[in-house]
Amino acid sequence: MPTVLRCHPGIGPAVEGVALVAPDNFSARYDLDRKKGVFSRPGHALAGQSYNGRILVLNDAKGGVATAWMLHEMKSRGIVPLALVFNRVNPILAQGAAFGAVTMVDRFDGDVTRLIHTDDRLRIDPAAGKVEILERAAPAK
Amino acid sequence: MLAGEAGEPRRWAIAHQVTVGEFFDAADLVPVSQAHIMADTESLGEAGVEFLESLAAMPRAERQVRVPTLTDPRGLDFAVYKRLGQSDGMAALEARAIAALKAFGVLMTDTCINYQTILPPVRGEHLAMGDTGVVIYSNSVFGARSNFEGGPSALAAGLTGRTPRYGYHLDECRRATRRFRLDTAPRDLSEWGALGGIVGRATGSYWEVPLIEGLDAAPGSDALKHFGAALASYGSVALFDMPGITAADLVLADPHVATARIGRADIDAFLQSYAAPGDKVDVVVFAAPQLSLIEMAEVADALDGRQVHSQTTLLVATSPEIKHAADRMGLTARIEATGAIVAAGICFYQSYAGELAEANGWRRLVTNSAKLTNIIGGYGYRPSLLSLERCVEAAVAGRM
Repeated sequence: MPTVLRCHPGIGPAVEGVALVAPDNFSARYDLDRKKGVFSRPGHALAGQSYNGRILVLNDAKGGVATAWMLHEMKSRGIVPLALVFNRVNPILAQGAAFGAVTMVDRFDGDVTRLIHTDDRLRIDPAAGKVEILERAAPAK
Repeated sequence: MLAGEAGEPRRWAIAHQVTVGEFFDAADLVPVSQAHIMADTESLGEAGVEFLESLAAMPRAERQVRVPTLTDPRGLDFAVYKRLGQSDGMAALEARAIAALKAFGVLMTDTCINYQTILPPVRGEHLAMGDTGVVIYSNSVFGARSNFEGGPSALAAGLTGRTPRYGYHLDECRRATRRFRLDTAPRDLSEWGALGGIVGRATGSYWEVPLIEGLDAAPGSDALKHFGAALASYGSVALFDMPGITAADLVLADPHVATARIGRADIDAFLQSYAAPGDKVDVVVFAAPQLSLIEMAEVADALDGRQVHSQTTLLVATSPEIKHAADRMGLTARIEATGAIVAAGICFYQSYAGELAEANGWRRLVTNSAKLTNIIGGYGYRPSLLSLERCVEAAVAGRM
């Protein structure tokens, strides 16, 4: 039986994919090299890692309004996270997800950056307000 | 409207607002008196411009905004983009975005200091403001009511004349949740920004509201501008209270909440964390937020009779209104006589900062804006935060 995490109903279509997790916050403008599809901000826990096609599991949104346009722009070029799973988002991330039709959920019962691990396989159902952990990542050796 | 009887632009707008409103459990929509759109082409990209053009091609009656709708800074200034190393392709995309925005009836103010230069909000006024610095200043200093409205949402608000009623439109969100006490007073704008950064890092969420006590005298508008912009940038914060100074006039959600103290050592440590003594300086930027007329005069005074180093670029960014005033008063000529560049309607970080770094070989950036210091690292820059006077010294020497 997959582990089911309950959250607030979210935005966008149901998707299945692999998680990339960090306890850090997020802004497309502050943190990403959107041409290369990697986290570019020195000091971010995911610096240097590719976000393309991954389910980003992060803590909160940072300041800045650009992400509201940028998710749409990133999706148009096919270099975009598959989904965003956060403890709590600000209006900009929600507006960006709505405009870009990018799957997004937040407001879990616990700290989602600890409940989900990098490389876990997830199914996100925004309409139902749930995230299923279909397969746990192999423990690090 | 949702069924499309008012046309496709308003159908799209209300559908977007319903999605966002349901996500935040908004009970209804609230009428707004102004909207303010962040729509720089670096963020929009080709896809965003095509989206604007698709709605702008609809019949005039269907696409006209219903409330005064302003613009945030643009991706480039046509008068200086070649000197800065921006491309004709960027200028062409910018021209398309401007044409589309004008078709909606948007007023091309191209400013993030509209509260200083266009139409200051009043207490209780509901707004749809599209720049974090504008939102936090409007909410806190004036006591107006706005959430962070990204470009698509601000355009939607302009088209419908309303916005989902959640967050800082509601009384229950307008309560202080964190408490800070200052044991020192910031001495200049870079230190006001540093204080915003310190409180922002400690607060760290859009849904938290800091209350700041311990100020002996009211700061000026530029001080609160830099403080608020940094607080919004470092913490995603949209509202703060300085009792006796700001109009927000909030109560504490929990009167027993712990008070965090901030002293001189905290501000010094914040500035020191960006220090790089001896480093070659590639670019010095006065922007983020755009400069007020008073700041323009201070830059002109600090630069008078000096010359910017041949290997360093000094860029000053202000709003079109302030640029006109600075031209008229001779400030622009005094600043540019030193080799500096004065740009209007941009704010640097929204102006293809990554491409500018690549085109000009820029890496070390010096500024008196804590907000810019926070943003620009992701674009590959190494930023340092100094006072206006020390920024000018660095520009003249070409070194820190």
